[in-house]
Amino acid sequence: MKKFAVAATLAAALMCSAAPQAAELEVTHWWTSGGESAAVAEFARLFDATGNKWVDSALAGSGTGANPVIISRILGGNPMGATQMNTGRDAEELIKAGLITDLTPIAEEDGWADFFADPKLLDACTFDGKIYCVPINIHSWHWLWLSDKAYKDAGLETPKDWNEYVASFPALREKGIIPFGLAAGWPLNGIPGVLLADVGGPELYLKVNQDHDAEAVRSPEFRKVAEAWAAVRDVVDPAEVVPQFSDVANQLIAGEAAGNIHGDWIQGEFALAGAVPGTDYECLPGLGLSNRIEGGGDAFYFPKLPEGTAQDVLDAQTALARLLVSPEAQVAFNLKKGSMPIRTDIDMSSANDCMKKAIDILKGPDGLLPGGETLNSSDTQQQLDDLNQEFFADKSYPIDDYIEAYAQIIESAD
Amino acid sequence: MTEAQSLHGATALERTRPPGLLYNLFVRNISAKLAASPMVAIVLVVFIGCTLWTIWFSFTDSRALPNGAFVGFDQYERLFATRRWRISATNLLTYGIFSLVFTMVVGFVLAVLMDQRIRFEDGFRTIFLYPFALSGIVTGLVWQWIMNPTLGLQSTMRGLGWTNFTFDWITNTDMVLYALLIAGLWHGTGFVMVLMLAGLRSVDGEIWKAARVDGIPTWRTYLQIVLPMMRGVIVTTLVIVGSGIVRTYDLVVALTNGGPGLSSEVPAKYVINYMFSAGNLGQALSASTVMLLTVFVLLIPWVIVEFGPKKHT
Repeated sequence: MKKFAVAATLAAALMCSAAPQAAELEVTHWWTSGGESAAVAEFARLFDATGNKWVDSALAGSGTGANPVIISRILGGNPMGATQMNTGRDAEELIKAGLITDLTPIAEEDGWADFFADPKLLDACTFDGKIYCVPINIHSWHWLWLSDKAYKDAGLETPKDWNEYVASFPALREKGIIPFGLAAGWPLNGIPGVLLADVGGPELYLKVNQDHDAEAVRSPEFRKVAEAWAAVRDVVDPAEVVPQFSDVANQLIAGEAAGNIHGDWIQGEFALAGAVPGTDYECLPGLGLSNRIEGGGDAFYFPKLPEGTAQDVLDAQTALARLLVSPEAQVAFNLKKGSMPIRTDIDMSSANDCMKKAIDILKGPDGLLPGGETLNSSDTQQQLDDLNQEFFADKSYPIDDYIEAYAQIIESAD
Repeated sequence: MTEAQSLHGATALERTRPPGLLYNLFVRNISAKLAASPMVAIVLVVFIGCTLWTIWFSFTDSRALPNGAFVGFDQYERLFATRRWRISATNLLTYGIFSLVFTMVVGFVLAVLMDQRIRFEDGFRTIFLYPFALSGIVTGLVWQWIMNPTLGLQSTMRGLGWTNFTFDWITNTDMVLYALLIAGLWHGTGFVMVLMLAGLRSVDGEIWKAARVDGIPTWRTYLQIVLPMMRGVIVTTLVIVGSGIVRTYDLVVALTNGGPGLSSEVPAKYVINYMFSAGNLGQALSASTVMLLTVFVLLIPWVIVEFGPKKHT
């Protein structure tokens, strides 16, 4: 029996290597941390099994560093076979310039609209009624991660929502535990958006980001958001900021830090450390205050390859587009990545508790809140990031000035 | 004999007729002109052409792609109303003044010390010049590790027993510029030293002998005789160091990435951020045009002094 299995594997391997359409496809992405590269390796494994070759080209610098590199490569006439890229206005400009392959025929043939968990996911990829990218997962920033060990060491009850968490700051400090673990650089930029949607509520979030209503920013509801943001600012000691978000994950597992707001991909790091939700860490979607969270996903784009590219390479592009949304690849990838799959018709019994909480929210009647990067242009987003960075670094920056500066950016947003 | 005569006659004839403008422009020294033409083409297309392109698109509302409509000075109005830009410009001014003064003074003093016929001069010269061989990114990263309070010098000193030792400039909004300055000086001073040393060595030995005969103290010879004679070297160094300061980018990205908050932002970083992450070409190009103007404002007085009509001495 065992001999037969070996023979069958060999035969399969031979067949694969003899397959005529074996083509190399360069794939760029910025998944470089431990949990992330384990997840993307699943795609590569499945793609190689089709007889094609996944040429992995991981770029350093996460979204803010790698996305511009990818865009300039496409603009500069040196496109890769497939690439991870942020959806939003920048991608739209590339589509307008005719540099991205239209995937509508594949999507219609395979019936993507039928099996996607939330049709809004495809909205981010749709431009002028045509589909230009493949959403592969759903990520959300709206998670409060709490360390059970830190609270046990401090002799406190693990909080059930954001307000209890903020109230526990002074007690944690007294015990020598870092109340809010923070990594340097971009992890900071995600936090204000979470506070806006969860402390301020979905309505305020939409008024500010979708309607660009500056009066909503000057309202008392927004002041609460600004105060929550100031609470994070005041509790973080700049000398305690660690270099990477994976370091924050380690701090939480070790009980050195009590909590953190970060995207669900931090779970990949928890999983690498062998931590289990419910015993080692707690996860509160929507900070325990809101049950409608903002979700956006990672997406893959297929740039138009130059004239004269061999047909087998173009076929490999199509094959990869189909593979990314297949049930098999979705399970393998998302379990490693810590994100939610884009389809709910697959077996997620091996998903952990946090994932199950997330899927419940996903199945809710209102669906996901649209992501800030799809509502605001990256220009507006950059201005908000600049403001938030400045406010966060300067503990004497008055809340009133912050609100007024925020309102002015929203007023001029397009 | 007759041949030589006729040749002589021909040249004499030619001399009476001055060569035409076209001849001067295209045929004379033809090989030198051919050799220089790629350089001329690059200067015209890449430097001047792209600069004009940049200035033109800074007056449009282009986003990620250069296809916007003309909007006049809107981008400039927004630029100067933006706090981040004003902070960046102020930072560059502070950093630039300190950096220029310190690299020049320290570089000159080091060069003078090197000039004292010391032992192992080659070794010292290599050691001082070596940081310049490292890129700004490497320099920034190394100093980030050294100055990081939880990893670097502060935690080492505390670990050794000085529990009150504090060196957290890199996380302090008021001091981070000086942290940047330390790394910048470490990086650039050796280069200035080498240039200055070359300048010192080019001064004629007879002058030193004359100064010694007149009983002028060494320090006065350096300051009042040798230094003025090094004018060419000093001006060159100033231009190199000055242009390096205006384009400061890699050091900041590696060392602080503009942080904490916006307290170590510089104009070049604003341009890159708004061009690539924010996808706002018009805004980024208006910022880079302002940077170009700044360089011109600094450069033009120097060009006038250096290349303008010479005074009779």
